[in-house]
Amino acid sequence: MREYVYDSVYLRRKDFEEGNVLFETWDPNACYAWDTGVAIGRYLQGLKAGKLIGRSCPECRRVMIPPRLFCEQCFCATDRWVDLQDTGTVVTFSLCYVTWDMIRLEEPQLPAVIEIDGASPGMGIMHMLGEVDPQAIKIGMRVQAVWKPAEERIGAITDIAYFKPTSASSVEPLE
Amino acid sequence: MNGNRVAIVGAGMTKFVRRAQETAKELAWEAAHLALESCEMTLDDVDAVVIGTAPDAFDAVHMKSEYLSDGCGAWGKPYMRGYVGGGTGVFAPIQGWYHVASGLFDTVLVVCEEKMSSCQPHPQGAFLTIFDHTTERPLWPNLLWIFALEMNAYMSRYGLDKRDIATVAVKNKRNAADHPAALLGDPNITVEDILNTEVMAWPVQRGDVSPITDGAVALVMCANHVARRVTDKPVWIEGVGWSIDTAYWANRDLSYPTYVEEAARMAYEMAGITEPRKQIHIAEPYDPFDYKELHHLEGLMLFDKGKAPEAAAAGVTQRDGDLPVCPSGGLLGVGNPIAAAGLMKVAEIFWQLRGEADARQVPGNPKRGLAQAWGDLMQVGTVVVMGV
Amino acid sequence: MIREVAIVGAGWSGFRSITPDLSYKELMYEAAVQAYEEAGINPRRDVDSFVTVAEDYNEGTSIFDEYVPDQLGALHRPVQTIAGEGIHGLAAAVMQILTGKFDVVVVEAHSKASNILTLPYILAFAFDPVFNRPLAAHPYYVAGMEMQRYLAETGTTHRECACVAAKNRYNALLNPLAGYGAAVSADDVLASEPIAEPLTRLECAGHSDGAIVFVLASGETARALTDAPVWVRGVGWANDTFWMESRPWGEARYARDAGQMAYRTAGIKSPRAEINFAEVDDTFAYKELQHLEALGLCPPGTAGEWTAAGGTALSGEFPVNPSGGALGEGHLLDATGLARVLEVVLQLRGEAGQRQIEDAEVGLAFGWRGVPTTGGAAVILSN
Repeated sequence: MREYVYDSVYLRRKDFEEGNVLFETWDPNACYAWDTGVAIGRYLQGLKAGKLIGRSCPECRRVMIPPRLFCEQCFCATDRWVDLQDTGTVVTFSLCYVTWDMIRLEEPQLPAVIEIDGASPGMGIMHMLGEVDPQAIKIGMRVQAVWKPAEERIGAITDIAYFKPTSASSVEPLE
Repeated sequence: MNGNRVAIVGAGMTKFVRRAQETAKELAWEAAHLALESCEMTLDDVDAVVIGTAPDAFDAVHMKSEYLSDGCGAWGKPYMRGYVGGGTGVFAPIQGWYHVASGLFDTVLVVCEEKMSSCQPHPQGAFLTIFDHTTERPLWPNLLWIFALEMNAYMSRYGLDKRDIATVAVKNKRNAADHPAALLGDPNITVEDILNTEVMAWPVQRGDVSPITDGAVALVMCANHVARRVTDKPVWIEGVGWSIDTAYWANRDLSYPTYVEEAARMAYEMAGITEPRKQIHIAEPYDPFDYKELHHLEGLMLFDKGKAPEAAAAGVTQRDGDLPVCPSGGLLGVGNPIAAAGLMKVAEIFWQLRGEADARQVPGNPKRGLAQAWGDLMQVGTVVVMGV
Repeated sequence: MIREVAIVGAGWSGFRSITPDLSYKELMYEAAVQAYEEAGINPRRDVDSFVTVAEDYNEGTSIFDEYVPDQLGALHRPVQTIAGEGIHGLAAAVMQILTGKFDVVVVEAHSKASNILTLPYILAFAFDPVFNRPLAAHPYYVAGMEMQRYLAETGTTHRECACVAAKNRYNALLNPLAGYGAAVSADDVLASEPIAEPLTRLECAGHSDGAIVFVLASGETARALTDAPVWVRGVGWANDTFWMESRPWGEARYARDAGQMAYRTAGIKSPRAEINFAEVDDTFAYKELQHLEALGLCPPGTAGEWTAAGGTALSGEFPVNPSGGALGEGHLLDATGLARVLEVVLQLRGEAGQRQIEDAEVGLAFGWRGVPTTGGAAVILSN
């Protein structure tokens, strides 16, 4: 099959640096304002108020987060908002040493999937871990949300700064 | 399969390189015309064109298929683009299959192309936008996160050893040393080399990851009566399957790719396969990361859950093993121009089943093989079973 | 075509210029529920394949197919996204049913155009990055240039184009789905602000949000599911060259080729005689005329005078865009072609209310992918 493989011309960085290659650049201007709709709108309102909201399905009884107006398993309308707790369990996690545009980090970011208490088993959301020694993170670790102060919350997933390991004694009152 | 039987009769591709001088259109053209040349057909013989290409953000053109149309031979022809993320490369021949099996077209040109290098400062950045715009993007996620989260879940669930997983990277990069289009072929690479690479997003290390790549691949697919005229070694499409899981990926069990199993079941049923491990002779599962090859092999029901790594470490999946897996060198070895990578796997099975894989040829006269691709937020499985 | 295919259910949500109350998922869910209800099916059990139509940059999300299954009942089912015109999606569904391996296939497309803040820049992003994009003009200049050439080649007048806009915006007043209905005259249209000369503002379709879902089924299944199947008689699609520098500027060859394939698959020899009405892309008023001629529904160069004389009015001999078209309903991005199909379906089922065409038996719908493309798709339906 060798005869049916075309030898693409492999460009290297210095081809650009030395001006051997001509190129055209363009900065896309792609801006959007996505309607949150009913379900996520309510979720964001909940975040601003310092709580996590889920939604339940009348048929399979699952309590889902993020909330949605339809149950994707039963294909029927969900019918009830459910206040969830802001604690949960680490389902999986990573220690990430590069940013989204591939810049090396000294201190790793700590993304995780966190199963939220009050929702059905396995219902996780993606968020970050903080105030924790990266080497000490374990699957199954219990964590709780660290909220930004009320006046800094805007109705976004980042109203939760990160999740930290729970300590036995403290249960922070919600603002 | 009833109705129109469909075969692949020709294939062509470009070298996979980190940054090609050729434009996206030119890459598509090079692969397309080589595919036609390989079966001595011309554009006049082509009734319709199918293009598979993944995020527009890489090539940096909106409605990318329109821009690519001329290079794909679609001038004046029925032309359509299917797009299922990373699954596209194996979905494109499925689309080609239904074009022909519908009875509307006799000969279809299937082209897959990706020019990821257009995206600056780093193509990796475009993946930011695959995450949910409201509930996830504000956290500035990195594509590596989602793989690392899945790899961790998989390894923890079954108590897997990183060394066993690393053997996949070694196998594929060594296999790729025999592939003329390969970017990262290395006949001497060892498990230690992989394990010594820097940690990107633990447990993912650089050696576990396939590279950003530019490239294109094309196939010619025909109906029964045309295939027999064009070649004496048509490779028949025996089964196709595809399936998608929920977009709420954090609600799922990441340790097992249900979406791959669903797609495989659909394809196996169509192909009349009841014992995949025995009846499939070669497999080209999608290997963007080394652990994914194993994850997918289990989803394809070729190995029991949690058992693929030890089989790999034991040599079962080597070219001369009991079930050769990724004899091409896969994405880890040949390269990962998303959609083109998947079609490269289909082309590999095509060449293998015809005995045309040169130094990569698996012994034993294989008669049936499968190619599988994965895509989206750990979400899409696409499977094609082929046979001679 | 070797097997019968019919539309057995249709659902929609919108169309409105803004839909701030619903997310795209909720819009899709609404349309899907309606379509499934009509067809009497449960998507978790009865649907063999799902086809959605979407483009990443219209959504603001890469690999958009990730986000479609849940609200369509397509979890763990075969789902594919066609990045093309809505009618391409319909064609893909038809092909799957024709293979004999799929019985019931769902097709979906939607628009959240109101959520795209920089739509002209997104369109500009579709241009050839080396040869055309650097010119950095508002993309509608391409339509302006094409209209200029079309008028010159065919002798069509600007006023005749304005008649299209007046007709369609007027038809829209009778359409509850249309947000741009208006009683404007051809003079009003000609007097509206110039956009990309000779195009004026009222000759350019505004945008709407909405979602459309169809359920298709093979012959036997269709008859079991409904008393009023709408049969897919023929389907065709084609591209012309993308190069601006060498494309034909006066003739819509992609429409000619798509139409010819649709007629061939439908066994139609004289389109004008065998088809009663059509819904044809009118993103810009002149496009309706250009497409009518390319589709062979009138002799070349005559669409303008035919329209001006009232031949394509709702009460005319061959109604075109009884729905009001994109000019009347708003352009729905990738779903626009399916909005054309929806009207054909409603007319053939006798459900078009005040817009109902008498004795509607065979209708054609044609969609174009818009500036700067030369791609389109056609479908012929009958009751």
